[in-house]
Amino acid sequence: MAGPGGGSSDVQWCFSQVKGAIDDDVAEADIISTVEFNHTGELLATGDKGGRVVIFQQEPESKNQPQCRGEYNVYSTFQSHEPEFDYLKSLEIEEKINKIRWLPQKNAAQFLLSTNDKTIKLWKISERDKRPEGYNLKEEDGRYRDPNTVTSLRVPVFRPMDLMVEASPRRVFANAHTYHINSISVNSDCETYLSADDLRINLWHLEITDRSFNIVDIKPANMEELTEVITAAEFHPNQCNTFVYSSSKGTIRMCDMRASALCDKHAKLFEEPEDPNNRSFFSEIISSISDVKFSHSGRYMMTRDYLSVKIWDLNMETRPVETYQVHEYLRSKLCSLYENDCIFDKFECCWNGNDSVVMTGSYNNFFRMFDRGYRQDMTLEASRENSKPRSVLKPRKVSTGGKRKKDEISVDSLDFNKKILHTAWHPLDNIIAVATTNNLYIFQEKLN
Amino acid sequence: MISTMECSVDAQSLISISLMKIHNSRTQRGGIKLHKNLLVSYVLRNARQVYIKEKYAEIYRMQQYEEVMTVCNEIQELNPLDLDAEDADEEEQSRAACCGEEGSVCGAALQRGAAQPAALCRTGSAVSGGCCPLEDGAKDPEPSYYRSCCMEAPPAAPCDPFSAGSGAHCNKTTVLDLDTHVVTTVENGYLHQDCCCGQGAQSAAKKRKVEFGCCVSDVDEVPDFTRKRAKREDCAFSDYTDTSNISNLISIFGSGFSGLLSRQADLEQICSKQALASLGAWTRAIVAF
Repeated sequence: MAGPGGGSSDVQWCFSQVKGAIDDDVAEADIISTVEFNHTGELLATGDKGGRVVIFQQEPESKNQPQCRGEYNVYSTFQSHEPEFDYLKSLEIEEKINKIRWLPQKNAAQFLLSTNDKTIKLWKISERDKRPEGYNLKEEDGRYRDPNTVTSLRVPVFRPMDLMVEASPRRVFANAHTYHINSISVNSDCETYLSADDLRINLWHLEITDRSFNIVDIKPANMEELTEVITAAEFHPNQCNTFVYSSSKGTIRMCDMRASALCDKHAKLFEEPEDPNNRSFFSEIISSISDVKFSHSGRYMMTRDYLSVKIWDLNMETRPVETYQVHEYLRSKLCSLYENDCIFDKFECCWNGNDSVVMTGSYNNFFRMFDRGYRQDMTLEASRENSKPRSVLKPRKVSTGGKRKKDEISVDSLDFNKKILHTAWHPLDNIIAVATTNNLYIFQEKLN
Repeated sequence: MISTMECSVDAQSLISISLMKIHNSRTQRGGIKLHKNLLVSYVLRNARQVYIKEKYAEIYRMQQYEEVMTVCNEIQELNPLDLDAEDADEEEQSRAACCGEEGSVCGAALQRGAAQPAALCRTGSAVSGGCCPLEDGAKDPEPSYYRSCCMEAPPAAPCDPFSAGSGAHCNKTTVLDLDTHVVTTVENGYLHQDCCCGQGAQSAAKKRKVEFGCCVSDVDEVPDFTRKRAKREDCAFSDYTDTSNISNLISIFGSGFSGLLSRQADLEQICSKQALASLGAWTRAIVAF
């Protein structure tokens, strides 16, 4: 029954690889801040708090081990952003990479967009495996020859060399955002993309860096009237005129760029009424949406708030069609989570290749999968203890009642410093990348 | 409304935690995070609503008790000739009760000569008009307004508001909010608003000098009274945070913060716009920082 990206009831997950330092002392710069597969799944990019981007490439499947899909090895590493200082506002601009988005491949080179709080950059990643040799006026090491010593001429030829992967910044899109950028999204037209900060969304052309169009502006005339901010934005996967943005109030607005230049008036507003029984001091915080993702089909979208994942049908605005509780047992712990700032954690979510399963992270290095078809959910853990090659991951359980069964973990023993905020699912296969604080785990479906 | 049963945190500690978070965000790397501070301000608003509700309920209970006791005393000592004196006594007692209540809370506020105002407050009779009892015409547990409980200087020596440190009782800092045109005075550890207490003649409170556009004996301007009442409450919660940084924050955010309060459903409708507007005062101030 299990095909690629099939129901999780059939799929068993195995450990494949872990990347990153082993020691428990985590350097802040090594904290992973974003994870993204490219459109074929061959490349996997990570960004960290130190402003670096590391790209892994999947090895081709070897004939020796047909049961295993190829491993991911480091392909390229580069410093994308550096810390900056805004002298006018006396503000330091962090170099942390907030988001990476791949462009669809058009030629031999790969392109990705990476962004920190203020600046977006377009990077070209290209391979070089040949180099010209046999220059007349240059030695092999690059020194210039004295022309008088040249007695004969030859034509330089390309000779193979060790593969070199170069990353070069092709465009820098700067000075367009007053507030902190939280999202970038490439349009299906492959020519434009959007960038969103707390109050505004800008539309860019990939070729033009000195101009961007503001398409959403929710900044009130009087900042005293501010009640919500933009938390995430994404273009529709197929319709180049449609995008959505989520807010800190738990609403999602869908906009059509054909309607007007400034899309302040939404075409659709997705909002679920709050349950008055659940009202608490922290209702506003836990209803804030931290991530929004369209399904690959474009029919649905998924939102993540602090305690749940919701699937919305784009044709129905009044309520989500599915709601999955990620860690409902935390509802009674909200005050402690507020004190230690964990309640502000922004969890991301992702779809599998055929939109049948969704995944998101939790605490204690747990991550959760929800099978939409079979209505089953699974909790797995990314830990060094379960890191034997091809060892099957055992489902975990958090005990919520008084009696704790064997192998269950009580809520009080969860480690809230170990959080999985960023996860990614291979677009075609059952391969997932899960980022703990400073390690990247890759799990694969067990193939028989 | 908000369920306080979810955990054992109380509103007061939530308020202080939230203020510390806002304060710390000013020195965070990468600049102030607008989203996070907005969420913290919502928690602050919710906690204040609960705290003030509890406070009013407590004060009302105290006042009910006092009134019952007074009636009992009256019955015992019924003498038509002493009615006026008793009224005054009644007022003094309820004022003292109020002051005792408020003084114990306000007195510890802001760590500026805290002990002195508290002592002044508790003597009750020594105060000619600073503290005012809850006006409670309809025995409504949540009266529609509340006079600011301001400690003033002993009546013999009215303070010049602009002379700082002119006496043990007079230590005022005046802050003018340019947006709302409300004058805020921090005096001897009290945070209060210069406004008139023009509601009825029952109170012996002196009319404060109004400088900019604050309402003057206008009962219809409920939002302003709400704001004044809320302003007085500002000093109530701050005894739990005893850094002068927090007191600075309160005085800076005071006028905007007061708009976060909305006590009744009908008042909420009136105040909601202001509540929302004032919520942004945090943001404005945060962004400004």
